[in-house]
Amino acid sequence: MNPWRHPGLWITLALTLGLGLWPVVLQKAALRETIFTILLSVALASSLNIILGYAGYISFGHVVFFGLGGYVGLYLMNTLGLSLWVALLAGGLAAALLAFLLGKAILRLRGAYFALATIGVNEAMRAFINNFAPFGGATGISLNFKVYQAYGGAANALWLVYTILLVTTLAMILISHIVKNSKFGLGLMAIREDEDAAEVMGVITPNAKTWAYVLSAVLPGMLGVLFYFKNGNIEPGDAFRLSSSIELLVMIMLGGAGTVLGPVIGAAGYQALRGFLLTNALFKNIQLSVAGILLLLIILFIPVGAVGWLRRRFPALRRLLP
Amino acid sequence: MQLFAFLIDGLLIGFVYGIAAMGMTLIWGVMNVINLAHGPIIALGCFGVYLLATQLGLHPYLALLIVAPLGLVAGMLFYRLAIQRVIDAPRLSSLLATFAINMIVIGLGTAAFSTNPRALDVQLGSLSFGPVTILGTRLVAALASIATAAGLYWFLYHTRPGKYVRAVTNNRAAAELVGIPSQQVLALSFGLGCMLAAVSGALIATFFPFTILSGDVYQQKSFVIGVMGGLGHPLGALLGGLILGMMEGLLPAFLPTTWVPVFEFVLFVIILLVRPAGLFGGKK
Amino acid sequence: MNTRFAALFVWIFVISLLLPTCGTPAAVAPSQAKEVKAVIGFTASQTGKLNVESTRQTNGLNLWMKQVNEAGGVKLKDGSVVKFESKFYDDESNSARVQELYTRLVTEDNASFLISPYSSGLADAAAVIAEQYGKIMITTGAASDSTYKKGYTLVYQAYTPASKYLTGAIDLLKSTDPAVKKIAIVHENDKFSTDVSNALNDYAKAQGYEVALFEGYDTGTTDFAPFINKIQEVAPDAILGGGHFQDGSTFAKQLYEKKVALKFVALLVAPPEPTFAEIGEASLGIIGPSQWEPQVVFNADSAQKAGLSFYGPAAADFVSAYKASANGEEPSYHAAGGYIAGLILQKAIEEAGTLDTQAVKAVLDKMDVMTFFGHIRFEAGADSHGLQTGHSMVYIQWQNDDAGKLVKEVVWPAEGATSGIKYPIR
Repeated sequence: MNPWRHPGLWITLALTLGLGLWPVVLQKAALRETIFTILLSVALASSLNIILGYAGYISFGHVVFFGLGGYVGLYLMNTLGLSLWVALLAGGLAAALLAFLLGKAILRLRGAYFALATIGVNEAMRAFINNFAPFGGATGISLNFKVYQAYGGAANALWLVYTILLVTTLAMILISHIVKNSKFGLGLMAIREDEDAAEVMGVITPNAKTWAYVLSAVLPGMLGVLFYFKNGNIEPGDAFRLSSSIELLVMIMLGGAGTVLGPVIGAAGYQALRGFLLTNALFKNIQLSVAGILLLLIILFIPVGAVGWLRRRFPALRRLLP
Repeated sequence: MQLFAFLIDGLLIGFVYGIAAMGMTLIWGVMNVINLAHGPIIALGCFGVYLLATQLGLHPYLALLIVAPLGLVAGMLFYRLAIQRVIDAPRLSSLLATFAINMIVIGLGTAAFSTNPRALDVQLGSLSFGPVTILGTRLVAALASIATAAGLYWFLYHTRPGKYVRAVTNNRAAAELVGIPSQQVLALSFGLGCMLAAVSGALIATFFPFTILSGDVYQQKSFVIGVMGGLGHPLGALLGGLILGMMEGLLPAFLPTTWVPVFEFVLFVIILLVRPAGLFGGKK
Repeated sequence: MNTRFAALFVWIFVISLLLPTCGTPAAVAPSQAKEVKAVIGFTASQTGKLNVESTRQTNGLNLWMKQVNEAGGVKLKDGSVVKFESKFYDDESNSARVQELYTRLVTEDNASFLISPYSSGLADAAAVIAEQYGKIMITTGAASDSTYKKGYTLVYQAYTPASKYLTGAIDLLKSTDPAVKKIAIVHENDKFSTDVSNALNDYAKAQGYEVALFEGYDTGTTDFAPFINKIQEVAPDAILGGGHFQDGSTFAKQLYEKKVALKFVALLVAPPEPTFAEIGEASLGIIGPSQWEPQVVFNADSAQKAGLSFYGPAAADFVSAYKASANGEEPSYHAAGGYIAGLILQKAIEEAGTLDTQAVKAVLDKMDVMTFFGHIRFEAGADSHGLQTGHSMVYIQWQNDDAGKLVKEVVWPAEGATSGIKYPIR
């Protein structure tokens, strides 16, 4: 079937666009911030889904691309005075390059060995940036407030950042869908099911895996620039936080790995839930535990995630839930 | 001579790291699960000793003997509650199940203990040879670690449940065929892994301050050590612990201390790439 | 009975205090005037690694709010009376959510003024939002200088900046023993401690000291053995540096256990905490910079000497009110910092007579006042607008009193000292 005529894709895009336009219509900044967090997670989880959900490689180091992008972007804007657009491009490129080099090396490892290696990469990167003087070492990089002037002042810059994020998120969903319905995507899924068999069937697995890794890294690199531009400063501890990567895994798990809609629903659901728990008086003190218990229940009883469960329970919905 | 001081300090702490890593690698060997709740269990070991010592007035080393079986029971409970159902599911499920335990323990621990650092004041004096000063607590911790490792080996090689654990490690399907109750053995192994974590935590509490979040550092070190020694290879983990301890002791003599983790983790990735079975061979 | 007595006590001192100092507001019966609410927004680290200090800061701020409201609020020019209300969320000691929460505080909860989260990293993230939405933010518990060099116009710092944290310790060392020339600077590798140590390094060199070792350690370090071995290799007379509570107290403890021969040790953050004494003998002689200590008396007299006016409660009154509100806990400087952030706002609103941001900003730019916390004045120039320029650190040292009990004594500056320095420490 022509992937463009898949109704599920348009439903997903419409849902995301509707969510994204909500604060624009109401012109409410607080709502925009909430949706910003959700959209960011949707885009990051969708990008991780390419290597994790399609190719079946569990990465604990996805935030490395986000953090590296942020560092490169802020360095270019702050130290060299380049514009946000150049920084976005450079952040994406830097992440892609890192993914390419890493992919050549560690994608040879399988299963848990790969997962462990990604932890190692994350920690090595953080420790390195912590000592890397051009990126400010432990102090990190701070933007001068004046940079927002070039984008019509701070208030406008925030809306601009939000718009770019919305467009990027929609693009990520589209990419995720196209990959899934392409020959390349089928090759990745063959690797997920049985890598040796896929090799025999003619999938050039090292190349396929490397390109999947690169593809999953580009957007996080750009989003890192965007996020830290909005944030105003970046520090190694925050930029390479292992638990941020694990949160992304949780989101994919909640929604359903290997589906287009799954990471979208999982990320939105997870962030909405965390937001609720954090601001709710009853759960505020034990919100982490409550989130843990919910996660455990879902893993134990709905291991295929929300989308997988719906697809199994209601086969008629399959065409609508990509 | 000064270099000798660097070396001794690293070696002594390396034994304790080794015990923590043994727990991680044992669980990996038996059931191919990376235990992301390892760090919080180490932290619980610290708090177990702390609470027994401060609330009941027990000597910390006596408290250690109580914390160890508690760790065993807690581990078996965690297995039954969280891991058993997903032991044969795709790997992501078991990883996230252990991470869910991590979140629950950290969340409850923060609510109960806050993140205020705690410390036990255990004074055992020290031995001095010229510029080298060896602290009594660290010496005892190293000896206790060796004893624990020896105990584990005795258990694995000389008792029936221990032999079951080894059988399941080698080939679970075959072990089941000859009538070994594999679920019970898996629960026992997870319990043993958690017991080792709790013991290392208890030892750490006798000389370092800790919070409920402290376990993460030792969990990361356990990964590095486990891979150095070969995953699933408990004795390798003890040796790996010594190597890591030595690196942490000696490297600062030659370069800024903050560069040490860079070396550690780069080495970790390199070992995974070129010798995934670990420096001493072992199960691949 | 006990709590009622305490409450009565708080009441009496609050009224006695606010009557003479604030003049009219307390005298006006709240029922006669129109009452307006001003929301003070902030985030607190209820979970995560900053939980302890942040909670104290919040307690201090809440105490201020309770006192000012009970005293009848602040009277404005148009005759209405402002009562304060706090609105806060948990930031999990993590900057990731700080901006979302501060935006919510400004736009949803209609906060009129903001107080920073604890720690420089989080305050930095919050400052962007304050500036983006045009709200005044008083930062407290956030000492890094860099926040004020980023072109902000509405962010004001209550603390002495990081660059001045340990420079006084060099002055102290110089006046105590001019013969000592060789020092080591060992610091936590994070934003705040690095800022402190870089400034310290420059200052020490300018004063003619030889910095034999200048090195950072990672946040969360518990094993200082390799470091101590390194220190022994260069054999300095004095060590300066440190980072936060846990690493500072551990470092001090291990220095003692390893029997390192030192004449002078000054560490950041940890020594002023009352719980630092839990490391026992090892704390003896350790010096630490403090934003504020209960023993240091800033009062109307000292204000007059400095040519300033005194504002707010006296130190002793703050200490007893805080103890009554926090189950007998001694206020640390974090608690005083939370209180002073509120007090600065109160003073500025009172003088401006309005809640309007620009009017209050104009007052803050010119503020020059003495409080129980010390001298408060802000840099008004564009280069480092909002940087604290009035306040300065005091230095405490743990000493044995006559009964052999560990006590904290103020040893520097000389005019505020409660005891002579114990030197050399071992």
